[in-house]
Amino acid sequence: MLTLPVVNMTGKVSLILFSGNVDRLMAGSIITSGAVANDMDVNVFVTFWALLHLKKTGAPAPTLSPEAGAMAERMMKIMSEKKMPSWLDTIKQAAEVGNVTVYACAMFADMMGIRKSDLDPIVRDVIGVSQFVDMSRDSNMTLFI
Amino acid sequence: MAEKPTKVIDARGSYCPGPLMELIKAYKQGKVGDVISVYSTDEGTKKDAPEWIRKSGNELVGIFDRQGYYEIVMKKTR
Repeated sequence: MLTLPVVNMTGKVSLILFSGNVDRLMAGSIITSGAVANDMDVNVFVTFWALLHLKKTGAPAPTLSPEAGAMAERMMKIMSEKKMPSWLDTIKQAAEVGNVTVYACAMFADMMGIRKSDLDPIVRDVIGVSQFVDMSRDSNMTLFI
Repeated sequence: MAEKPTKVIDARGSYCPGPLMELIKAYKQGKVGDVISVYSTDEGTKKDAPEWIRKSGNELVGIFDRQGYYEIVMKKTR
């Protein structure tokens, strides 16, 4: 029998979630899952409009990127009819399977008066950009979404 | 099928990467020798899951077409 080599699956991915549009947030959560499936650790830095969606109360209503245009309404309907898991549930599922650490951006949190206790418990800590960039230094990829 | 599953995951209707993530979760919770079966309707998973099973050094028992879905069976060998 042919035995294929076992691929060494390690490494690290850093994601910056900036957009609060749900299609982008979903892309980030799905990439997180893909990284975990490859045994990679994931650091997620959540800032600006994305961070508002981690608020326990008062999170904005879900929107799609402007390019969805006329398709937006139909797309939202499809996502709800097909019971697509939310981006946050997808991140949480990935965190159950692998090493996923979510950080909130200190600058935006300060600006908007958001405290760690206002945010979903998936948020490990509120950190500054320098600390995050230091984490991304030795990542195999860093994506701004 | 020679291998009788010790765990069955019914992920039909769940989209990529849902079924694969459930498979990996079951794999991590299981023990060597477990036979894990996943039911899925998602086409991405049909490619991704066997690839993950191979890369992770486990055994792909088979991919079986069922009525309206397919079944992927893996054996945890490490």
